[in-house]
Amino acid sequence: MSGYRLPAPAGAWIDRTRLLRFSFNGRKVQGFEGDTVASALLAGGHVHVARSFKLHRPRGVFSCGVEEPNALMDVGLGGGRTPDTRATDIGASDGLVCQPGHAWPSLSLDVAAINARFADLLPAGFYYKTFMWPHWRLFEPTIRAMAGPGVAADAADPDRYDEISRHTEVLVVGGGWAGAHAALAAAHAGAQVMLLEASPHLADAEALRAAGVECHRRCTVSGLYDHGLATAVQDVGGTVRERLWKVRAQRIVLAIGAFERPMLFPDNDRPGVMLASAVEQYALRYGVACGRRIVVATACDSGYRSARVLKAAGMEVAAIVDVRERSGVEAPAGVAVHRGSAIVAVAGRRAVRSVTIAPQAGGALHTIAADCIASAGGWTPAVNLYSMAGGKLRWLPESSMFVPALALPGIEMVGRCAGEFDATDAPGSVPADNRPSRAALASLGRQPGKVFVDLQNDVSASDVELAARENYRSVEHLKRYTTMGMATDQGKTSNVNALVLMGAHTGRTPAEVGTTKFRPPFKPVTLNAIAGGRSGERYKPLKRMPGHGWHEARGAAMEEFGGWLRPAAYPQAGEDLIAAAEREALQVRQGVGLFEGSPLGKIEVIGPDAADFLDLMYVGTMSTLAVGGARYGILINENGVIFDDGIVSRLGPEHFFVNTTSGGAERVALSFEEWLQCEHVNHRVLIAPVTSNWGNVTVSGPMAWQLLQAAGFDAELAPHAMKHMSLRETPYGGVQMRVLRASFGGELGCEINLPALHTQALLDRLWEIGRDCGVVPYGIEALMIMRTEKGFLHVGGDTDGTTLPGDVGMDRGIARKAANFVGRRSLLRPAAQDPGRMQLVGLLPRDRLTKLPVGAHVAASMPPSPIEGFVTSSHHSPVLGYPVALCMLARGQSRIGDTLRVWHLGQPIEAEVVKTPFYDPPGERLNGNA
Amino acid sequence: MMQIPCPWCGPRPESEFSCGGTTAIVRPPLTCSDEEWARYLFLRDNPKGEHAERWRHTYGCGQWFNVLRDTVSHEIRAVYGITEPRPVGKVS
Repeated sequence: MSGYRLPAPAGAWIDRTRLLRFSFNGRKVQGFEGDTVASALLAGGHVHVARSFKLHRPRGVFSCGVEEPNALMDVGLGGGRTPDTRATDIGASDGLVCQPGHAWPSLSLDVAAINARFADLLPAGFYYKTFMWPHWRLFEPTIRAMAGPGVAADAADPDRYDEISRHTEVLVVGGGWAGAHAALAAAHAGAQVMLLEASPHLADAEALRAAGVECHRRCTVSGLYDHGLATAVQDVGGTVRERLWKVRAQRIVLAIGAFERPMLFPDNDRPGVMLASAVEQYALRYGVACGRRIVVATACDSGYRSARVLKAAGMEVAAIVDVRERSGVEAPAGVAVHRGSAIVAVAGRRAVRSVTIAPQAGGALHTIAADCIASAGGWTPAVNLYSMAGGKLRWLPESSMFVPALALPGIEMVGRCAGEFDATDAPGSVPADNRPSRAALASLGRQPGKVFVDLQNDVSASDVELAARENYRSVEHLKRYTTMGMATDQGKTSNVNALVLMGAHTGRTPAEVGTTKFRPPFKPVTLNAIAGGRSGERYKPLKRMPGHGWHEARGAAMEEFGGWLRPAAYPQAGEDLIAAAEREALQVRQGVGLFEGSPLGKIEVIGPDAADFLDLMYVGTMSTLAVGGARYGILINENGVIFDDGIVSRLGPEHFFVNTTSGGAERVALSFEEWLQCEHVNHRVLIAPVTSNWGNVTVSGPMAWQLLQAAGFDAELAPHAMKHMSLRETPYGGVQMRVLRASFGGELGCEINLPALHTQALLDRLWEIGRDCGVVPYGIEALMIMRTEKGFLHVGGDTDGTTLPGDVGMDRGIARKAANFVGRRSLLRPAAQDPGRMQLVGLLPRDRLTKLPVGAHVAASMPPSPIEGFVTSSHHSPVLGYPVALCMLARGQSRIGDTLRVWHLGQPIEAEVVKTPFYDPPGERLNGNA
Repeated sequence: MMQIPCPWCGPRPESEFSCGGTTAIVRPPLTCSDEEWARYLFLRDNPKGEHAERWRHTYGCGQWFNVLRDTVSHEIRAVYGITEPRPVGKVS
């Protein structure tokens, strides 16, 4: 037990009057309001808090912020659990439950720690080299289980998330001295300023508020994107767990500070080895001494500053070990300084007990008892966000750091992230390579321990050397071969040391080695923060039809069809969906049924050139349509492929009412607009998508007119008065309706289009009146049975991304059509006119019993073999009493009468090629039995 | 995410728009060769630098317009009407 709580007033960020308790690894831990999980653990003397990812070595808290590579924990329980979270970055709270991440079966007894014994056998590239024969996937599951990180949540997240979008003139990222100064200056100059600070504390909060700066704390900017967009994630607490900020700023000032670089020495990963600045911050912010005897290992002047701060806080600093011969500052009184020396060994496996130092030039060893090593190897300006925005870096050899090379438009870097340090924490002259020399290590007289460069991914100095030896010299190769910098900390404390090492092994400067580009996020972001509450049903809300309540009252089984929640069928007691659909289809053919087709796409096309425009859009001709007439049309894209179909009705000389498929409603309207605005710019046409304005109640079946007549519809809608494929505008109950006589099921029927809000009332009325004639509600599945019996095309079901109009028999009249139309030229290509193309035909099983599965392939012999076609639609026909199917078949129209084999799960089914429709080929039923 | 100045609605986030690809492509006549038609359908320049493309403000006014954009820096050099010629030289 080495860490302890310093007496007040140390600990500016904690409130000693408010005690809290949480659990770590099943044990109770005490802390104060304001503590992080890490600071409370350190104060409680918990040194060994985690195990490393690959070698499972014991690890302790290393840093005091987002750069933490070691102390990763699973925080929370059940659905609220967040794996691999930095203990240094989570506020401690009462009742919080933390588990060490990857330490199976427990922290103290970790079976996989045996890996550490064989560490020399697990160098960089070990897996690539070893597990490639016979195949990596044989080994992958076991390796993943062993090396696996934390445990993901096992239930839906119960917490709430939200997001906010903002514009501001100036966005300042970081509220330290540089950020606060920049924010105040901008505010005083009259700008609208927003400041986002990652920590819960803002030193100059009062002054900033007074100057009118909008400040948000616990808000970490995670990414910079084009045109001044910054994203940030804020820990909110209370009813909202996290909030995603999207801030668009005219000017962005980055003031996100710098990360300290650790010293490289053997066994520099032992619990108790920490960044010097972190040891300082734990003392100042949280009143926590990280050890009873501290040794400062340093390569720069800021290590001396740390020693001074720790001494002033009442801690014992045993020695400063400086690899340099000369420093720019003096050591605090009473602290021994070993210049030109380096740590060559660390004693203690689960906690540091002592360090052994040796002169860099070689010579006598010296052992110092210590339980904490404060490591100060120089500074790494946090150029992450600058790099994300496209900034290039420049190496400063004097202070051994990468700094921004040039200004980016609209983005400024100030303070330590720009490489500007103030007098008290200037790093001074820093040697790039801060390892103990070979001479110093040789004086140890034995094999030194592993020198870790990347703590989180267990990448050691010897791995970097191996990569250099095997010629992985490019920084991108170094990264991927060793996994350096690829962990969740993205190498915040390790990248520069690795580049320096690679440079040393290949005779290059770090600038010549180069850096990898930083990518968002700056620190790990939860998926729910990004989703911002758009999860579950809110991910893609389903549309409800205007008659939704009526269907529910009829016992509809609702399913999603093209983004709409629609009745698939209305199962009665003892019926499954298919039985219900077959019953409904039969009842419609025998009597009358009600169907809601409101999602059917509806577009008004209006204007002097409307007819002309539609001729350009459709394969067929619409300009010859008489007022009151309706015509089926196919839409193809420029490649000739069918992308939608529907009925076009003419309401007036310059006014058309266009129906599209339900799924195609939006894309057809958008396509019309694109052609109108971008190509046929001189056409005087207005396109108004009105799908949700109009409801659609479809009445279908031989008794359809009987029902409508009984309900009081005008006699002009009677079958003898109104032709099939025509439209009448008619008032009913004081509401103007558009009644289209058309049928997708092959029966007498009307599609009644009416203002959407009247839909349910009409359904209610027809239901009430229809009781006498046995009216039934029918769903999508019954409609699909009926249209398949009629051989009617279902775009997207029978067609795919290769289907041309001729393939489905829709090319009649093209040759005679005068106007050009979208995709016409594509239909003239040799491939479009190939007689071997697949064509839509009907298929009947020879035994008249076996339903042909949709997707089953037609082939002469068992697949894999050349495929001649496939089944696209298949139903048992209740009215015919046997199964029917549609099929895309090579040269299909010339093979009517043939028998062929349809393959399903290795078994052949004999089937006959037939002409469609299967039912009522003359189409007499369209006129009903009236 | 870019911010695109819609000529009708002003600067709005990219997520409100749809990109329609290279603008002002001339469609060859019906009588063109198969090769020419295939070039029109499938072949596009992929310039590094300035690119004239058309965008639709889908979740706004629904209008199409042309954008002159640098494909490297994403700088938007000009926004102009769908029938207007591509501006030459440096435009604000």
